[in-house]
Amino acid sequence: MPIIVTKRALNPVVSLMELECPAIAKKALPGQFVMVRVDEKGERIPLTISDYDSVRGTITIMYQRIGLTTQKMDLLNPGDILLDVVGPLGNPTELEGVKRAVVIGGGVGSAIAYPQAKYLYAAGAHVDVIIGFRSKELVFMEESFRRNCTNLYITTDDGSYGEQGFVNQKLEQLLAEGNQYDLVLAIGPVPMMRAVSNSTRPHNLKTIVSLNPIMVDGTGMCGCCRCTVNGETKFACVDGPDFDGHQVDYEELMNRLSVYRPQEAEAVEKHNCNLQRQADEMKKGEDR
Amino acid sequence: MAFSNAPRTPMPEQDPVIRACNFKEVALGYTEEQAKGEAARCLQCKNPLCVQGCPVNVRIPEFIAKVAEGDFEGAYQVITSTNGLPAISGRVCPQERQCEAKCVRGIKGEAVAIGRLERFVADWHLAHQTSHAVPMYPNNYRHVAVVGSGPAGLACAYDLANWGYSVTLFEAFHTVGGVLVYGIPEFRLPKSIVGKTVEELRALGVQIQTNMVVGRVFTLEELFEQGYDAIFLGTGAGLPKFMGIPGEELAGVFSANEYLTRVNLMHAWEDGYDTPIPASRSVAVVGGGNVAMDAARCARRLGAEVHVVYRRDQAEMPARAEEIHHAMEEGIQFHFLTNPTAVLNDGNGRVKGISCVQMALSETPDEKGRRAPMVVPGSDFVMDVDTVIMALGTSPNPLIRMADPTITVNNRGCFVVDEETMQTSREFVYAGGDAVTGAATVILAMGAGKRAAKAIDEKLGGNRCQLH
Repeated sequence: MPIIVTKRALNPVVSLMELECPAIAKKALPGQFVMVRVDEKGERIPLTISDYDSVRGTITIMYQRIGLTTQKMDLLNPGDILLDVVGPLGNPTELEGVKRAVVIGGGVGSAIAYPQAKYLYAAGAHVDVIIGFRSKELVFMEESFRRNCTNLYITTDDGSYGEQGFVNQKLEQLLAEGNQYDLVLAIGPVPMMRAVSNSTRPHNLKTIVSLNPIMVDGTGMCGCCRCTVNGETKFACVDGPDFDGHQVDYEELMNRLSVYRPQEAEAVEKHNCNLQRQADEMKKGEDR
Repeated sequence: MAFSNAPRTPMPEQDPVIRACNFKEVALGYTEEQAKGEAARCLQCKNPLCVQGCPVNVRIPEFIAKVAEGDFEGAYQVITSTNGLPAISGRVCPQERQCEAKCVRGIKGEAVAIGRLERFVADWHLAHQTSHAVPMYPNNYRHVAVVGSGPAGLACAYDLANWGYSVTLFEAFHTVGGVLVYGIPEFRLPKSIVGKTVEELRALGVQIQTNMVVGRVFTLEELFEQGYDAIFLGTGAGLPKFMGIPGEELAGVFSANEYLTRVNLMHAWEDGYDTPIPASRSVAVVGGGNVAMDAARCARRLGAEVHVVYRRDQAEMPARAEEIHHAMEEGIQFHFLTNPTAVLNDGNGRVKGISCVQMALSETPDEKGRRAPMVVPGSDFVMDVDTVIMALGTSPNPLIRMADPTITVNNRGCFVVDEETMQTSREFVYAGGDAVTGAATVILAMGAGKRAAKAIDEKLGGNRCQLH
C-alpha cells in the first residue's frame, strides 16, 4: 500500500510527497516515472520519480498543483494512502560513462532533473546544474542540488534571484566560455527543452530531453503518449520518456498536450467549487 | 426423446434506439422457459461436432441436455468441468465460427444457440449460487505466478487453483480482467460479470496483486527466487498499431485501445469520473474487427455520429456477426471498401476530416488466401469527422520481454511456445493468449491458458497426475 510518509510544499505551486513503495524503490532509476491514481474515480497520471531510497523503501514524487489530480493529491496527508502507484515505468536515463554533464531543469522539471544530477555526481562526473524559475518565490531544491553537483546556476525570468534570464542563455554562456561537456540533459516545459536543444545543436552536443505527453496506462497499451522523434512514431512510456532533443517534434508534442486543456480547466473549477462548498459546510457545522 | 423443431429462439435485446444512448447490456439473456425451449432443439448427436468446434471442448450436448431437463446447476457443473469462465465466453465467443458452425441443425436450418445457452447457465448459477467454488484438489504447496489477468491468465489461474496450486495473479492495471475490463465495453460484457469471476478465483485461493508490472518491478528470475515453481505469461497484445498516414499525430486521433480504455476502464463517460473524453460530433473508426465495433458503439453511446471505415467488404470483416448486426441497428454507418489516406488538420492541430479512397478486391486471393484490397484510381473523397479512432490491431506488450530478454520471441515480438505445452524457450516459463498469437479472441486465449495449466501441472508432477 503506497502510504504517504512525508508531504510538504516546496514553493507556492509545487509539493513533494514521499511514498512507501518498497518494490518500486528497489528498482527505480533516474528518469523513470510512476502512474498515479488518487481515488476510485480518479484518472491515471504520470509523475516522475524524483528520488528513491531502497533502504527506507520509499520514492519521492513532486507535483505542480495545477491539474485536478494533483490538486486532489494535495488534499492527502502523511498516513493517508495514495490509491494506486504503478512503476517504475519508462526507460532509465542512459548515464553510463558520462564524465562532464550539464543538467538543466525548468520549473517543476528541476525536481525531475534532480535524480540525474545526483546519480552522475555520485558516479564521479563533473556536473553543472542550471535550474530556472519564473521568480524567486518559486525556487526550490536549491540545497539538495548544491550538495549534488559541481556548480549550481540558478536563473529567474525576472532576475529576482540568481541570474536574470533563461536556462538556455546560461547554457550558451557556459559553452561560449569554452566548457566542454559530453551530455546535456534538459527537463522542463516543452518550450524550454526546445530552446536548450536549439542551443546545443550548433555544438553538436548530445542532448537528452524527458518528454511529458499525456498518458492513460503508461505501460505501452494506449498509444496516447505517441511522439514523433526523427520522423518516427515513438511511445514515450515504453520507448522513452528520454529522447534525443535534436530530433523531437516539439510543435506536435505541445499540440497533443493541449487536447484536454478546456476540460481540465472546467474540472479544476468544479473541484474548487466543491472544496469551497465543503469548507462552507464545515464552517456552518462549527458555527452551530 | 422428441426434439423440438421450433426455430432458433431469438435473444431478447434492448431496443436499438434506446440502447444507443446507454451502456447497459444489449442482450438481456434467455428466460428459463426460453432456455429450455432452445435446449430442446439440440439433437444430442452421438458424435458431437460442436465440441470439436469449441477451443476449450465444452461438453455441449451434455450441458444442453441438463438445461432441457431444467437442471441448470447440473448444466453449470458440466460446463465448468472444462471452462471456468462461461459467463464471459457465453457473451464474447464468435460461436458462429466455432461450436455453432459445426452444429448439425445448422446444415438445413439454424444452429442451436449454444452460446446463449452457455450464458444462460452461467448467469443462472451466478444468480442462484449460495456458496463459492472450492478447489477440487487439496493444496499441493506448489506456487505458480500468472502474469496478466486477461482471459488467458484467468483461465490458467482458475484451473491451477482448482488443482490445488497456490496461484498469484499479477496485473499491471488497478483492476483485474485485462481486455475484459479495458477493452470490451459494459454493454457487451458487464464488469459485474468479470467481477464475479474474479471473486470465484479469490474463493479458490488465488492471490491477486494489482499495479504490478512484471518486467519492471520483478524479473522472472526474481519471481523464481521468491519461490514460484512456474510462471505463466498472459500479457496480451497491447501496443496499438497506426496506419502511418499523414495527420495521425493530430489531436482527435486515438488508438482504439486509448478510446476504449478511457471509456471502459476509466469510466470517462460516467459523471464524477476524472478521465476526460472528447465530446465528438462525428467519428470515423478505421478497422473491421471486434475492437472496431466496440469503439464505434462506445462513440455512438457518447452521442456521436459514427462511421466505420473498412478497406474490405462486409463478408471479410473479422468482427463477430452479432456485433456488426448490433452496430448497424444502432445507426452506425458502414463504409466498406474504403481506406483513409490522410487525417486532415483544421489549422489548429485538430482533426477536421479524413481523406479516403475507394478500394476493390483482387480477383485472385493473396498468399494468405484473402482477396487483396486495391485502390480504385481517382476515387478520393473527404469524410467530415472531428475524431478518428484507429482499430488496426496491436502487437505484444514490450515491457514483459524485459522480465527476461533471453526468452525467444518471433519477428513480431510474440513469445515462441511449444504448441502443445505452451512452454517458452525457458523451462518452467509458459505463455499463451495474444502475447503468443498476436491479437486474437478471448476464447483462444482461455484455451491457451488452460493448455498451459495442464502442462504446468504435468511438469510439476501435480496433484491430478498423482490422484488419477
